[in-house]
Amino acid sequence: MTLHAPVIARRSPGPQGERIITLAALAVGGQGGGVLTNWIIAVAEANGYHAQSTSVAGVAQRTGATVYYVEMCKDTGRTPVFALSPSEGDVDIMIAAELMEAGRAVMRGFVTPGRTTLIASTHRIAAVSEKIVPGDGRADAGQVIAAMGLAADQVVAFDMETLATKAGSVISASLFGALAGSGALPFPRDSYEAVIRKSGKGVEASLRAFGLAHDCAKGTMAPPAPQGVTPRIRTLNVPARLRAGWQALEARLDGLPAEARHIAGLGLKKVVDYQDIAYGAQYLDMVERAARLDAAPFALTQAAAKYAANALCYDDILRVADLKTRASRHQRVRDEVRVKDDQVMRLTEYFHPQFEEFTATLPARLGAWLQRSRRAEAFYSRHLDKGRRIRTDSLAGFGMLWAVSALRPRRRSLLRHRGEMAHVAAWFDHAMAIAPQDLALAAEVLANRRLIKGYSDTHARGLSKFDRVMSALPMLRGRPDGADWMRRLRTAALADEKGQALDGALKTVESFAA
Amino acid sequence: MAERSFKKEVEQLRMGAGGTFRGEGILAVTKALLENGVGYVGGYQGSPISHLMDVFSDAQDLLAEYGVHFENSASEATAAAMLAASVNYPIRGAVAFKSTVGTNVASDALANLASGGVTGGALVILGEDYGEGSSIMQERSHAFAMKSQMWLLDPRPNLPSIVAAVGHGFRLSEASNTPVMMQMRIKSCHVHGHFTAADNRRPAMTVSDALQNPKRDLSRIVLPPAVFLHENEKVDRRWPNAVDYVLENNVNEHFGNPASKIGLIVQGGTYNGVIRALNRLGLSDIYGETDIHILCLNAVYPLCDSQILDFCDGKDAVLLVEEGQPNFIEQAVGHMLYQNGRTTVLAGKGALPMAGEYTGKRLVESIAAFLREHAPSLLPPATAKTNEPAQSDIPDLSTVVPARPPGFCTGCPERPIFAATKLVQQQLGEHHIASDIGCHLFSIMPPFDIGSTTMGYGLGPASASALQNRDKAGKRSISFVGDGGFWHNGLTSSIGNASFNKHDGLIVIVDNHYAAATGGQDILSSRAQNKSRKTNNPIAKAVEGMGVTWVRQIDRTYDVTTMRDTMIEALTSPEEGPKVIVASSECMLNRQRREKPALAKAAKEGKRTVRPRFGVDEDICTGDHACMRLSGCPSLSVKDTGDPLRDDPVAAIDQTCVGCGNCGEVADAAVLCPSFWQAEIVSNPTPAEKRRASRTARIIGWLQGRRDARRLTFA
Repeated sequence: MTLHAPVIARRSPGPQGERIITLAALAVGGQGGGVLTNWIIAVAEANGYHAQSTSVAGVAQRTGATVYYVEMCKDTGRTPVFALSPSEGDVDIMIAAELMEAGRAVMRGFVTPGRTTLIASTHRIAAVSEKIVPGDGRADAGQVIAAMGLAADQVVAFDMETLATKAGSVISASLFGALAGSGALPFPRDSYEAVIRKSGKGVEASLRAFGLAHDCAKGTMAPPAPQGVTPRIRTLNVPARLRAGWQALEARLDGLPAEARHIAGLGLKKVVDYQDIAYGAQYLDMVERAARLDAAPFALTQAAAKYAANALCYDDILRVADLKTRASRHQRVRDEVRVKDDQVMRLTEYFHPQFEEFTATLPARLGAWLQRSRRAEAFYSRHLDKGRRIRTDSLAGFGMLWAVSALRPRRRSLLRHRGEMAHVAAWFDHAMAIAPQDLALAAEVLANRRLIKGYSDTHARGLSKFDRVMSALPMLRGRPDGADWMRRLRTAALADEKGQALDGALKTVESFAA
Repeated sequence: MAERSFKKEVEQLRMGAGGTFRGEGILAVTKALLENGVGYVGGYQGSPISHLMDVFSDAQDLLAEYGVHFENSASEATAAAMLAASVNYPIRGAVAFKSTVGTNVASDALANLASGGVTGGALVILGEDYGEGSSIMQERSHAFAMKSQMWLLDPRPNLPSIVAAVGHGFRLSEASNTPVMMQMRIKSCHVHGHFTAADNRRPAMTVSDALQNPKRDLSRIVLPPAVFLHENEKVDRRWPNAVDYVLENNVNEHFGNPASKIGLIVQGGTYNGVIRALNRLGLSDIYGETDIHILCLNAVYPLCDSQILDFCDGKDAVLLVEEGQPNFIEQAVGHMLYQNGRTTVLAGKGALPMAGEYTGKRLVESIAAFLREHAPSLLPPATAKTNEPAQSDIPDLSTVVPARPPGFCTGCPERPIFAATKLVQQQLGEHHIASDIGCHLFSIMPPFDIGSTTMGYGLGPASASALQNRDKAGKRSISFVGDGGFWHNGLTSSIGNASFNKHDGLIVIVDNHYAAATGGQDILSSRAQNKSRKTNNPIAKAVEGMGVTWVRQIDRTYDVTTMRDTMIEALTSPEEGPKVIVASSECMLNRQRREKPALAKAAKEGKRTVRPRFGVDEDICTGDHACMRLSGCPSLSVKDTGDPLRDDPVAAIDQTCVGCGNCGEVADAAVLCPSFWQAEIVSNPTPAEKRRASRTARIIGWLQGRRDARRLTFA
């Protein structure tokens, strides 16, 4: 077989220099790609262009990735032969209504250097595969953004979803604005706006979103800050009679290595908020113990500050009842669902406490005795084991949760606390015992606390994953790559629900340890 | 009520001669039918011609004005059988369905229709679901045309050509007494364009006229000895007549320079792609002007031997662009050339890929390779050069970008059914699960991963029929069928079969009140009031009528606990025969379309309205995402907390939530976690309600303040 030079096929223009412009739009079903396409057709026709659009409707509209395709050409009296679908290396303008869809466009070869203007909204709509991971399964946006820059001739990328929401509109309007602002099509701004006005539905909001995106694309306005993390603003409230105790705790923070002070401060607030001042002291004891064994850059102390706080603030019914009955929480819910002053909000909480959780919330001896009783368990599952809907906007419902949260000062005497403290002590001692030989491994052991989360079965599954990851510890101690492997085991444990990835990773560890 | 309304667009159908008609391909077809004096239309929805059925439906009144009968056929078989009205009467009839699944269902009727032949023009409009975006097995309609001897049109994908093809279809059918199929590819169904309209015509004879003056002809009935005559008629009379019509009316088109030594024979549907490829190779301008000779087959069956031989005459090589496999046209053309002793080289599959859609890239590469081999002087040297950087500089994103298959909509009532099924399997172990066609087939995707096979519309339970456990206490099969599939075919093929054969399996009928996957059309069991159709016929009653004794009707599928417990009861019940659960809740897309405007209007008018929404307490959520493994709702997603103490993103519900309740029900049934809450926002509350709310808020506020005074808080 003979090898030929690659055929680089480029569209050639018509006799009067008129050329076909190709435009593809990738969207997630339900984002209004159809509306956008109709607008583009309308603006092209209004400017004396022939235009044709196609799409693949059908089941694709149900939240799946969809492609819309438009071709247009200046009308010189003859009808051009338009293609019906985008072709690799032959797209002039690529509109992506979500960041990963922009990535998909690049992956499919629709974004070509020296040719394609890529107009992409950088917000994320997580795919199902990203959401179902027990840990963090979200795709790496950075790689996609880097590839966009390499693949496209011109990139117009910012968060058009946020802009649209800000304007009270939907993303099709801001995408249309970005298209206009990019200058990729030879049409004046007012012809786009005329199309929106003619559509007759939500015109003002659409025009606002269009305008914002247009200006951002043009560079005359700064695009919104990248959709990122806006930590909730929490306020610390210390009643007068606790002030001295709290100040004493805060003073102890200064004795910690600078690298760990911030996180330990957050941990301390969390722990005291969870229980009381004495609990904060217990927490600081743990962090200080780690700090004494640690050296710069004090990764062990930081891990201790983070995970000891999480370990001490275990998720029990008391905590849930406490969090659900706070004033700040009520306000947060009202803000989130946008309740206006003249509206009334009803609020229902979904609970389903199981026998284990119920008995663990009893005084230790009573709880332990009941947990051993088959009859008690049978009684519970027959009469009490069911989902409960509690209305926290009513006095009865709120009062019930309030009463449960009022048990907080007694938490130390409850069965659950006894079990949790034993577990925490064993885990922390383990890490401290390793620290003198291998600081990194000890920090990883502390970080394994991340595996324990959830309630009921989820909590049990987390515990079992924690145990399995920790079971590799004897094999990893003394190895130079021990910490690295411990981290890999934990990552594997967070990759899927059943722990299949963890099984594989454990086998690998066993093979080299044997 | 269908998902998309064409009420506005169908007004264009009244347009008279000379007007410029703008719209989608399917709308153009409807206009063409009216211009050609069609007497009756029917069909069954399915992508990509669902909208065609919706257009017909929305144009019902207009069709009636012209004396045109329209009905929503129960299945494609019904639609094809409907064309029997054109056997004895000179009435033009048209039916539409998706191919090849619809053609498969219809093939019994189509074969009988093709055997006896027709008097009035009979047109089958096929929405060809092949290539990207397809939801079915990849097969060709061409085989049906060949086996039953019906003619197949594959017009160029632009509105004027499609409209012309409808007229040719009727006249060709009448000239050759043969039903004609016209295929429209996915994208030509949805192509937006324009054409010059002609006047609409009333049918010369209406179906009412026919009923008043019945006619019969024994020789048209498919029974011996007439059937032996039919076969001869097909080859002696109908085929030559069809070829004559195609040639005399220039159904197939020539483009380019006849003197060219190189030729392309293309299916009409691939013409635009081929021209684009030639343009990109510098061999055609944007209007299709080219030096290469092209024969464009708008009629791909029958082929006209003389036309093809003439075209090949004097050519060194001809490339046949035939999408799909097997390569029926190429085989026929090769046979013609050989039989007639021609030496023209025929290239087809081989130069072009054997299988798969002929995308722009594939056409460019294949045509370039063909020309290099057979006409190297044609390819200008410039095409081999470029200053574009190599594509390899761009990183491979295939491991980064997540797949995004279609899934259940926000608030879909089918999601809880599959969450319950997942919980049943957690409790009773994995089961054999047979799936069906419809939205519910999304259960095969994550997060549900449920289902082993799908054998056809309404055939879910039928496809589990062999799997009957001899051990009565052993595991039973679970099968699903939707309400659409149930009425299409499932009632007899699945339910009747299971009842008759005493199959022990569990059959879940997913009833969302519409044929939802195809766009929300009404069916027999729809709860909507439809002025032209009889709805509100309960599925459970029909199931009982088939002899099933274990039937449970669940009227709120969101109740995951009941759903799960009923399934467990079915799988463990000692009763013989099929256990049928009719799981009914309205399609959320349709429901929202109806309720949202009504709610907004009521709120505006000052009436008391309640809007539900769900949410998650991020402090209580631990970021395990078990809820998402049981839900997959688009409005339930992950977000960062921004809290340095936390590693994993937490669950969050966005503003698109419709408050269906699935989140809370799943958290309850699966005993997940207490982080879900449901808010109900009451607009225009009653004065008593307002007083109560503010009194409660005061007391709660006092309690909260009292507690906060005694402890340190950071919230």
